[in-house]
Amino acid sequence: MGKNNNGKSKISVTNFSFYYGKFQALRDITIDLPANKITSIIGPSGCGKSTFLRSFNRMNDLIPLTHTTGKIEIDEKNIYETDVVELRKRVGMVFQRPNPFPKSIFENIAFGPRTHGIRDKQVLNKIVEKSLRQAVLWDEVKDNVNKSGLALSGGQQQRLCIARALAVEPEVILMDEPASALDPIATLKIEDLIHQLKEKYTIVIVTHNMQQAARASDFTLFFNMAEDRAGYLVESGETVTIFTNPREELTEQYISGRFG
Amino acid sequence: MAREIYNRKIQQIKDEILLLGSMVEQATLDSVLAFKQKDLEAAKIIIEEDQAINDKRFAIENAIMILFATQQPLGHDLRLLSAMFLVSNELERMGDYAKGIANNTIRLGKADIPIPVRDIEKMADLGVSMLHRALSAFVNENMEMAIKIPDEDDLVDDLFNKSYRAIINAMIANPSIIDEASFLLWVVHNLERFADRTVNICERTIFIISGELLEMDRTDDELPYAKDS
Repeated sequence: MGKNNNGKSKISVTNFSFYYGKFQALRDITIDLPANKITSIIGPSGCGKSTFLRSFNRMNDLIPLTHTTGKIEIDEKNIYETDVVELRKRVGMVFQRPNPFPKSIFENIAFGPRTHGIRDKQVLNKIVEKSLRQAVLWDEVKDNVNKSGLALSGGQQQRLCIARALAVEPEVILMDEPASALDPIATLKIEDLIHQLKEKYTIVIVTHNMQQAARASDFTLFFNMAEDRAGYLVESGETVTIFTNPREELTEQYISGRFG
Repeated sequence: MAREIYNRKIQQIKDEILLLGSMVEQATLDSVLAFKQKDLEAAKIIIEEDQAINDKRFAIENAIMILFATQQPLGHDLRLLSAMFLVSNELERMGDYAKGIANNTIRLGKADIPIPVRDIEKMADLGVSMLHRALSAFVNENMEMAIKIPDEDDLVDDLFNKSYRAIINAMIANPSIIDEASFLLWVVHNLERFADRTVNICERTIFIISGELLEMDRTDDELPYAKDS
């Protein structure tokens, strides 16, 4: 538990706690997440994985009566002292169900850059192509970028959402169960894609699928729920270690499917 | 506790490993008895019965593979099942040693040559005793036992070297027996390797408990007489 020294850290969390009103959802979490690696967060339902993930771009701010203690820093800068629009540009998010806008493929991707002030059609064209290429979707849609994003298959829609997140050139990509609504082949494509993306981005992924965490991530954090239902970090480490020889008995029980 | 069926299947495989182990123990003791008594009929039966050992090994492998495919074992389960996969292979090879001793018993026939019978018997008894305890340590995940048993391999190696020397000396004294006496070298070699493989089982036990792969066999895989000659 606590800080690790595996290479350069991108996100640094120190004594972080999170409250929904009086209910404490996360307790005293301290961990460094390495840059250009994939970190997965696993744990039983209700242990605060998604709350933790959503803290990184302050998505939880949208929920009334929430508050936090401790701090989260990205590149040594406290995110609660950063402009939230700027923060969300740097920290993109992909959700459980593909949620393209009811617009064309092109417009789905151009939306973010436009919001950030880019108007030049040529520049937008380049961004759209680059983002679709990075999301390994370009070859499938290059002749139909004006088609509705909703006309794509589920797996393609999810890659479109990843392309949309990439279009604003984030540094960190958060993924909350990004493949749980997809078929196995689309899931493997997303996992391959995530693997390619880590060269440029720091990726944090919440998953219920332990095989996915084992396949797709470099580091794994295991969360559990205390008796008062507050989530806490039980163990963190290299994914291979967590899944073959974890330190904590609780982790062992969880990964071998004996609780949770 | 979740995964009752899975737990039960793992337990069944453990039981099968113990059963395979006792088949190998019996085959080894029988083969040395047939060798000592020059009982060619008994030797033939041991050779035939080796098939049952091979079959059980494949059945165990298959059961483990099915759990890999259907249950995605992780953590301790993954280490245990991987270790059982390897241990079933060790046991099958140990069964082959018993079969090899039976084969050499038949090749020797009723030849009247000097045989270090007592030391050969001691090697077999010690090896079988090591195997019995090694498997007990394996299924009970007893670290202390798994660390201690490999020390006894030195005793087996000493007996091997002593027997080897005796056989070679007999060959030098009477070169006309070289062909037949060379069969004896195979018998002692098999018993020496048998003990080495019990050490491998202890290594796997330590792996299951700690996740560490330790090399506990201090002799070469080659015939250890090389170091003394």
